[in-house]
Amino acid sequence: MIVSDLFRLAGQALVQNRRRSLLSLVGVVIGVVAVTCLTAIGEGGLRYVTDQFASLGSSIVIIAPGRNETTGGMPLGAGGIPNDLTLADARFLGRRISAVRTVVPVAASTGKIRHGGRTRQVPIVGTIAAFERMQNLELASGTFLPDSDMERGAAVVVLGHTVARELFGAEAALGQTVRISGSRMRVVGVLAERGTQLGLQIDETVFAPVASVMRLANKTSLTRLMLDLHPRAEQKRVIAQVRELLTARHDEEDFTCISQDAVMSSLSSILRILTLAVTGIAAISLAVAGIGIMNVMLVSVSERTEEVGLLKAIGANRRQILAIFLIESALLSLAGGVAGLVLGSALVAVGQALYPAVPLGTPAWAIGAVLALSLGTGIGFGVWPAWRAAGLDPVAALQGH
Amino acid sequence: MIRVEDLWRTYSMGDHELHALRAVNEEIADGEHVAIMGPSGSGKSTLLNVIGCLDSPTRGRYWLDGEDVAGLSDEVLAEIRLRRIGFIFQSFHLIPRLSARDNVALPLIFAGVAAAQRRTRADQALESVGLADRAGHRPSELSGGQKQRVAIARATVMGPKLLLADEPTGNLDSRSGAQVLDVLGALNREGKTLLVVTHDPAVARRADRVLVLRDGEIAKRVAGSNVTDLNRLFDFGETSA
Repeated sequence: MIVSDLFRLAGQALVQNRRRSLLSLVGVVIGVVAVTCLTAIGEGGLRYVTDQFASLGSSIVIIAPGRNETTGGMPLGAGGIPNDLTLADARFLGRRISAVRTVVPVAASTGKIRHGGRTRQVPIVGTIAAFERMQNLELASGTFLPDSDMERGAAVVVLGHTVARELFGAEAALGQTVRISGSRMRVVGVLAERGTQLGLQIDETVFAPVASVMRLANKTSLTRLMLDLHPRAEQKRVIAQVRELLTARHDEEDFTCISQDAVMSSLSSILRILTLAVTGIAAISLAVAGIGIMNVMLVSVSERTEEVGLLKAIGANRRQILAIFLIESALLSLAGGVAGLVLGSALVAVGQALYPAVPLGTPAWAIGAVLALSLGTGIGFGVWPAWRAAGLDPVAALQGH
Repeated sequence: MIRVEDLWRTYSMGDHELHALRAVNEEIADGEHVAIMGPSGSGKSTLLNVIGCLDSPTRGRYWLDGEDVAGLSDEVLAEIRLRRIGFIFQSFHLIPRLSARDNVALPLIFAGVAAAQRRTRADQALESVGLADRAGHRPSELSGGQKQRVAIARATVMGPKLLLADEPTGNLDSRSGAQVLDVLGALNREGKTLLVVTHDPAVARRADRVLVLRDGEIAKRVAGSNVTDLNRLFDFGETSA
């Protein structure tokens, strides 16, 4: 017996019953399309998040004021307000931790920005020149904040894309003066359009030197300290150093360290579990499709009872007849799998065209799994019909019963 | 050579038993042409199926070429049918989606013959039944006589010594029936043993011997040349009630 000949026999039988074969394929196609699209969306989301983190720059540790823990009772120094994170802390950490390239202080506030007759309420971020490199910002015109001492608050601003458009329209913003909470400040740069990034709407934001923002907002505390690390620095070690140094300096651990790695890995694992769960549900539809295939194969066997009888009369044994029908159902489901994969990929491509921001893409493992699963469905649900065919009594089968 | 001894084939029909064959004893020599006749339900086809290893006897012995085949496994019986026996049926049993050539080549697939050789052997078999020019046609494009000759080519393509035909001319007009019988006769003269189940005296007359069955037993053995009409053949010397 030559396997390729059995494939040909099975294929001819399927072509003979074109319409029925196609209809039974539909179930498999739907299941496979669902799995393909859902894994593409899940994988796309994961890559989107990863890319967002990657665009934050190489390696960052973030320090926020306040102890952000839900366990235990009141922190030591109970009742006390946590110490501020100050520019002095920033300078201190920059001096003491060698793995840190730059300490980037961030003071976030909101305020009114005015030019001519137009006023807008905007988020204002006070920071230093290094913020540009760390966040991979791109400028449409001018420069980012001047690279000067962080204590010096020059009266300059950099406008987000939307802010510049709304205040100045077609007019060039560069070199113009705006008023922020009453203070006159000169526009030294306008950012290129960027979109939302991890919740920060950069296009809507105004950037100014950190000292200026703290003075305008009348604040002494920073919102964040971002440690821009050397590329090969170990984030865990840096966090340990920060804990030790800053706890000693503040007399208590009144801050929270977040490493980019930790946030990213927990986000990825959440997304991955979600993707698997949704895909699992989609895969159930393949089992339903398998029952459809079994039904079609049972019909096929009973329609071709005489044919089975003949094959037995001319010398086909049980194994060969079993193989013919198993190959038939396997071909059927595999064809459905391939068609579903093609259709699913087309849908993913359409979705990609509609939402270019999210990098959709069915992962290779999902393609392999979906083909294996549809093939398995065909074989698994084809066993019973094929077994029935192989077990037919030749004399009765030849007479059609 | 075929030898059966005390051969029974019994079907249990709920509360009673039906004996399709009862205590059949017979010997058929190599190269013989034997017709099996009898009223309907007399066990003709059952005898043919048992001899063809398609059905197993309930009791008794059966030697095919000296080998006791009565108790062999499905697998071995399939192998015997593949290599040593060729079947021809009243309703041809061609697979409609396959060409004449592919129908003829089917047994070669199960024997594991390579594609190129299959084609040659199938074409030779079709040529020997006078259908070389119909190799690419589907059964629906062939006449009844042609279909039966394709079936004969399929039965002989593996080169079996024994040909079993169950009413081979039953679905054919007399002219194409005669053609089919000529082909079978020629195969018999080449040395193949030929067993034909028929109810047609004209078919039986071509045989060397005729076995006449009644109620699962061989009631008469006559020479083929002595077959005239069914009334005389099926007159078993009893007065009807």
